[in-house]
Amino acid sequence: MLTSTELDQQAVPGGAAASRPAAARPRVRRTPLTWVRRGGLAKLVFMLPLLITFGVFSWWPIVRAVVMSFQHTNLVTAPAFVGWDNFVYVFHDPMFLTAVRNTGWFALLALVFGYPLPLVLAVIMSEVKRLKGLYTVLAYLPVVMPPVVSVLLWKFFYDARPAGVFNTILGWVGIPPQPWIQSTAAAMPSLVLQATWAAAGGTIVIYLASLTSVKPELYDAAEVDGAGLWGKVWHVTLPQLRGILFITFILQIIGTAQVFLQPYLFTSGGPVNSTTTILLLVFQYAFQNSLGGNYGAATALSLMLAAFLALLSVLYFRLTERWSD
Amino acid sequence: MSARSRAAAEMNTDRSILSFNDWKRPGLAVPTVAVQVVLLLLLIAVGLLPLLWLAKSAITPTQDTLATPMALFPHGIAWSNLSHAWNDVHIGSYFVNTIWVTVGEWAVQLLVATTGGYALAILKPAYAKVVSGLVLATLFVPAVVLLVPLYLTILHPPVLGTSLLNTYWAVWLPAGASAFNVMLVMRFFQGLPADVFEAAETDGAGPFRLFWSVVLPMSKPILGVVSVFAITAAWADFLWPMLVLPNQAIQPLSVRLPAIASQTDLGVYLAALAIASLIPVVIFLFFQRTFLNGGGLGGAVKG
Repeated sequence: MLTSTELDQQAVPGGAAASRPAAARPRVRRTPLTWVRRGGLAKLVFMLPLLITFGVFSWWPIVRAVVMSFQHTNLVTAPAFVGWDNFVYVFHDPMFLTAVRNTGWFALLALVFGYPLPLVLAVIMSEVKRLKGLYTVLAYLPVVMPPVVSVLLWKFFYDARPAGVFNTILGWVGIPPQPWIQSTAAAMPSLVLQATWAAAGGTIVIYLASLTSVKPELYDAAEVDGAGLWGKVWHVTLPQLRGILFITFILQIIGTAQVFLQPYLFTSGGPVNSTTTILLLVFQYAFQNSLGGNYGAATALSLMLAAFLALLSVLYFRLTERWSD
Repeated sequence: MSARSRAAAEMNTDRSILSFNDWKRPGLAVPTVAVQVVLLLLLIAVGLLPLLWLAKSAITPTQDTLATPMALFPHGIAWSNLSHAWNDVHIGSYFVNTIWVTVGEWAVQLLVATTGGYALAILKPAYAKVVSGLVLATLFVPAVVLLVPLYLTILHPPVLGTSLLNTYWAVWLPAGASAFNVMLVMRFFQGLPADVFEAAETDGAGPFRLFWSVVLPMSKPILGVVSVFAITAAWADFLWPMLVLPNQAIQPLSVRLPAIASQTDLGVYLAALAIASLIPVVIFLFFQRTFLNGGGLGGAVKG
């Protein structure tokens, strides 16, 4: 260990420090050299990759998003501050309301179909004694398919001809061919169906992990109290999973509110804008604008979505905190 | 074998919803098994059959797939789909592009997560708390907020003075800024026994030696998890590479596949889709445990 005076002597050649009497200051002075000697430089070197990547590609863009939402940016002239103009522009765009409605519809359908399904499957799978691994692998396979590939594959499955894949299967059980993604009414449910197929396995794995942590004594106790199968599921399993169920619920809403891949690849927002979502609108503002990217409107809309989701999450956690007691 | 049977014995004492006695009651056990068998068949139909259908259609003549998509090879097998896709539609070169994107993203993510996690969890400079707070905060910012400003950063990056558009750095570097990875590795490093580090330090190991010879070798499990996530995410990425790699020749599969859909023969196109899903599916089957345990882990950390 170096004593403080030794450190001071090391620091003396540093110019300004030399003019001060060393004896008068027994405590360690922080100079660049003492900082290096104590490993400060090594710490910074290890921190650098993180600081650079997060600084340039995360923290700065986040700040810039906020600034840009109040600016008019066109890459040719210097950005000019325009106050709330971008937000006003978005609010006055008739597509805004359509996109909000469509995104809400997607999120709602995904909750109704996609939220209970993984839970039911996971509870059944947790009781499987043999080949449990096989069940899990099969359920997880859709998750490992590259999302673009699975959407493109399903796009072919959704072929509206009677000879389409899904229509052939429906034909086996006597159901007439469906238009799938070609009709304004059926397009969104079709997108949700594929999205649910692609995501359910991931949630099932999370539930299976939580199910193993349910204490067996609780089931014993429930049986002593005369609970049957449903009683045990209702009074033990579900309450024990409550924490993770609350989390997957809000995570699913946050995820579906940002749906992009399905509407972009399946329908490009059609037919007749019936699947234009908020993210698709952000993308169109910024990158599919024949007049040049409207970056201000795009960042304004994305910030509004972020603010809405943040507010929703805070309210949600307030609410569930009360229920969790 | 013995370990396995011991594990099985422990499992038996570790009951779940149904107890032993429940399993002995035919009134309950028979319907339960029936439900499980139905579920297995359902999972095969929903999870496995689409993949098998894709594999079949990749080597089926286009006319057959269009007319009778659910039939099994009515007019023979068209192996030529695969070679057409690989050579004439250039799936081979896009495949190499995807591997290039994936390897770079994996390396950058691993570098940032391990060095950053090490600095935050073990070296702990005075500013570590602030930095980890800022990293954690980015988890709460939806990715869409970054889309436009990040794109403009790639067009005019600081210091460099030249656009990163159409270079792989544009996909590699932003991938490094993954708060999820950093948090995962940081938590793992925090759980490593501190006395090992102290012993290494008294033996004269500096921070670099400690990182390379002690911390990293102890962290193989978490590095595996981060790698699996990094590789699958890079393989799956679509919107970002589409924006920053407008040059077709360097685009990965995920970007090229939707673009070639309309002007490619269906059989060849489905062969291309099959080729694109092969590597992720094979990686999954080999590293099931990492995927499935890591999946639960991901949920826990996100919470």
